[in-house]
Amino acid sequence: MPATATAEEQAPPTHRESRSWGRAWEDIAEGVKQRELWGHLGWQDIKQRYRRSVIGPLWITLSMAITAAGLGLLYSQLFGSPIGTFLPYITVGFIVWNFILGCLTEGTDTFIRNEGLIKHLPAPLTVYALRMVWRLTLMFAHNMLVYFVVLAIFWSYLTTPGYQISPGGLQQPGLSWNVVLAIPAFAVLAFNGGWVAILFGIISTRYRDIPQVIISLTQLLFFMTPIVWTTDILTRVGPDGGGRWRVLVAELNPLYHYIEILRAPLLGNTQSWHHWAVVGAFTVLGWAVALLAMRNYRARISYWV
Amino acid sequence: MVSIDVWNASVDFPIFDAKSRSLKKAVLGKVGGKIGTEQKVPIIEALHDISISLKEGDKVGLVGHNGAGKSTLLRLLAGIYEPTRGSSRIVGKIAPVFDLGVGMDPEISGLENIMIRGLFLGMSRKQMEKRVDDIAEFTELGDYLQMPLRTYSTGMRVRLALGVVTSIDPEILLLDEGIGAVDAAFLNKARARLVDLVDRSGMLVFASHQDDLLFELCDTAIWMDEGQMKQRGSLREVLTAYKGKDPFAHLDQEALERLGEPPVLTSKSGEV
Repeated sequence: MPATATAEEQAPPTHRESRSWGRAWEDIAEGVKQRELWGHLGWQDIKQRYRRSVIGPLWITLSMAITAAGLGLLYSQLFGSPIGTFLPYITVGFIVWNFILGCLTEGTDTFIRNEGLIKHLPAPLTVYALRMVWRLTLMFAHNMLVYFVVLAIFWSYLTTPGYQISPGGLQQPGLSWNVVLAIPAFAVLAFNGGWVAILFGIISTRYRDIPQVIISLTQLLFFMTPIVWTTDILTRVGPDGGGRWRVLVAELNPLYHYIEILRAPLLGNTQSWHHWAVVGAFTVLGWAVALLAMRNYRARISYWV
Repeated sequence: MVSIDVWNASVDFPIFDAKSRSLKKAVLGKVGGKIGTEQKVPIIEALHDISISLKEGDKVGLVGHNGAGKSTLLRLLAGIYEPTRGSSRIVGKIAPVFDLGVGMDPEISGLENIMIRGLFLGMSRKQMEKRVDDIAEFTELGDYLQMPLRTYSTGMRVRLALGVVTSIDPEILLLDEGIGAVDAAFLNKARARLVDLVDRSGMLVFASHQDDLLFELCDTAIWMDEGQMKQRGSLREVLTAYKGKDPFAHLDQEALERLGEPPVLTSKSGEV
């Protein structure tokens, strides 16, 4: 076996260790570079889901419009809030929540659903994470059509300085050029989608109970997060001056901060910088853990799926 | 420079059954000792202590029984599995054609699948658009390329997969046994392209149970047995040892000449 003999003569390489920061980083850099691949796959996913339906991906827009209109009408009556301010609030909350929900639930599925591709074609794992984030971004874009329609209908309500979402609530400054803050806010959200997909994807591939845990928690999280209700309720001080602790219900929920950085500029609400600070901290922490997981378990994924 | 080097590599698959794959054991198992921890996961050693060095121009056939580790070895060479022990280094552009049912989306058209495969193999969208006509012509699928892949027969899928990998100038071509599903006429055409490809710039590793395919595409061979390399040498030697008889013996004179093989094994002509 002459060829085998030469292999034994050479020293095995040490710099190509599977578990190294270099390999993890290389995977991410290579994955990002294959923009055309994940771009194509993500768009393919959307087209695939609505193949042979007459209006195609517009179903995303339509179902969001129906949900927003229905819930907007219902909850504005339940809370006795003006529909002109409460319906846009619920609509935007829902659109942002849908993106976050997608990252959480589909993130657990990142590698499991791509089992076939992972086992048959060598490609950076990051490609599959980016495929998911891109797919959700496209869905977000479709949902934003609803936002623009709602904005057009309720323009006069939202642009009035000092409008209140619910009666007796915080006075909002009204829609202004601050709306451009929504762009970096979404970029930050999508960037966070990346670590969620990698980290949740890796853990879920190894432990198949995690997706179920996440799914059962998201339902609860939805009701715990101010989406169909406002923080005005929490800040309302009880007749005896108590109940201030209730603010913590929202403040301790990281998803509230994620939603708020994007929702506030889109609705012309008061923007508090502490939301950005919290989101920034979670971004750094999340990516750090995701990179660590990537370093240690990147090479194991093809064995686990 | 195209090369694949594998040093003392082993591939161990952890087999998580329903019990150990869940968190239940890892979390609840903490109570009362070491039940259900990592060591309890059964492991299948699919490859054991493999050392290979392949270089440009190598045309290697993989033979062995079912479950001997041929497909796993191909995936190790493709870089899909990184060795659990030992190490590997792969230099070159890899184009694998493995299990043809997987890695292709049955719901989308052949054309879309060509595009996705090409993108996965490192092509850009523009480069693939230029090659689509060539692939369509080579595969002879014509208007079928507009149809969803689920309407394709196995042979048609093989045509598509071979069309893509041979059109993108890969440096390392890894083929699993599935490609035997195409008809003889197409196989002839594909062989010409594959041989041409390997001669130009590449390396071929081909797992197959069909001797005639191996004769056409490979000159050396590796015999895999129970996850280990049992023998490596010229195709004829290895096949003779594996089959227990010289598979070239019953080929007619014309075929032997085409393959450039002497009528009998070894230089000691006259005695077998």
